Amino acid sequence: MTIRVVKPGLFTTLQDRGRYGYAHLGISPAGAADALSLRIANLLVGNDENAPALEMTLLGATLKVDDAAVIAVCGANCECKLGGERLTANMAVKVAAGSVLQCGSTTDGARCYLAVQGGFDVPLVMGSASTDIRGRFGGVEGRRLQAGDVLGIGAASGLRPRRLRAGELEALHREGPIRVTRGAQHDWFSFETYARFLATPYTVSEQSDRAGLRLKGEAITPREQKQLLTDGIPLGAIQVPQDGQPILLFVDQQTTGGYPKIANVIAADVHRVGQLRPRDEVRFTEVSIAEAVDELRAQERWLKTIWQD
Amino acid sequence: MKIIPASDSSLMVTFGDAISSETSEQVLGLFHALQVRKDNRIRNLHPGYTSLLVDFDPLAVSHEEVAVIAGSLARGGTSAPENLSEVVELPVCYDAEFGPDLADVAAHTGVSTEEVIRLHSGATYRVCFLGFTAGFAYLGGMPEVLQMPRLATPRRTVAPGSVGIAGRQTGIYPAETPGGWRLIGRTPLRMFDPRSLQPTRLQAGDRVRFLAVDRAQFERLREHA
Repeated sequence: MTIRVVKPGLFTTLQDRGRYGYAHLGISPAGAADALSLRIANLLVGNDENAPALEMTLLGATLKVDDAAVIAVCGANCECKLGGERLTANMAVKVAAGSVLQCGSTTDGARCYLAVQGGFDVPLVMGSASTDIRGRFGGVEGRRLQAGDVLGIGAASGLRPRRLRAGELEALHREGPIRVTRGAQHDWFSFETYARFLATPYTVSEQSDRAGLRLKGEAITPREQKQLLTDGIPLGAIQVPQDGQPILLFVDQQTTGGYPKIANVIAADVHRVGQLRPRDEVRFTEVSIAEAVDELRAQERWLKTIWQD
Repeated sequence: MKIIPASDSSLMVTFGDAISSETSEQVLGLFHALQVRKDNRIRNLHPGYTSLLVDFDPLAVSHEEVAVIAGSLARGGTSAPENLSEVVELPVCYDAEFGPDLADVAAHTGVSTEEVIRLHSGATYRVCFLGFTAGFAYLGGMPEVLQMPRLATPRRTVAPGSVGIAGRQTGIYPAETPGGWRLIGRTPLRMFDPRSLQPTRLQAGDRVRFLAVDRAQFERLREHA
């Protein structure tokens, strides 16, 4: 059971929900940038929600499915074609042996996930299949996919596809500002500066990747220029380097850093960050820690209620 | 000690506001105390110079409960495990090719390049923590005279094994990454192997010495590595 990479697309990697427990060795979690879409794609085909799947960025891959398989795509809409026919997203689809799946450009987000029943079969490194690009391990040889790669598929026996209830995924496309809580060094910034950070729209720079999204907009500066002693960085931290242009640290982030962190994206909105594209405008709004945890709890509950049967 | 939320899924435990071996000892003590508890609600621990970031699943455990656990462990006087006696020796070749900034460090500090090498390889260092990238160890204990600011513009790529200086810190780049530290030498040893049971050669708390080797020894050691 294999799938062959004909064209790799812009930046396609294997990801699961990430590699935890190794931050003290300098190893970031990696994992899907939009973990919610990865989980839904896996659940659609009947996989464990943490199974390794393909994360395609901005321009999708062209794949040859060597053996009959059941697949699902979820996340940004990327106009996938299966042997010339449009492939419906967000549902499990049976694919005949020898079919060619052609994924196009994403139209409403940055990343699209392709899960296959049985999961992609790659060795786990430190408990995860996720590709660590900088460390060059995990996934397929620690790198993005390239033409000619042959991906093995795990055993699919006993797995049953599931169906989504109509309209449920609209909740994924939440509009409005990205919600944040206060960062570990928010008090390095004056009340006015902090308020301006929340009131100002920022643009996602072209120099953004899975390690960090560079934001362009009004510069923000701490009350005084002092040196932060390098400390740990939580997922979704927004740090402010000397030039005052914030950087949102993301799944492939460095585990420690030396710039003050003004705010932190809430866990329930991290998947939205994974769908931001270069040149997108982004705003932030503050919520309390309690509200953030409630939102995450509600999101997990929602994920259990969106299925037929 | 101060405990504050750093995000909806993490707490920052801070032990002081200056780098010192006592503070580092407290950070590593709490790090090890939390690690041996094997509490699977806690997902990641990020030690820094004076603080420990504790990342957890907020649906499994509350900020308050993690604060109580960390606070009582820290107040109970935790100490890092007994790897204090063992000193890890790392061979380093200080040839000009591997240490393109050696001459600048000598000029900036006002000592000869031979003296820079003698000082750098004469000290015993402590791994304060690993961070930045997989296997990158931040070493404390560098002789003060070797202090050197970072490059104004970081290099786009630094070769794996490169030994650098930044401020009062020294460290080794485990993989090819961009980097702004002043490069003074290179180790032939592999610092990070993801497939190994112990993926990083250095651990937080280790003591380290650099052993100056010549080019021929470097090449021989690299073949074995």
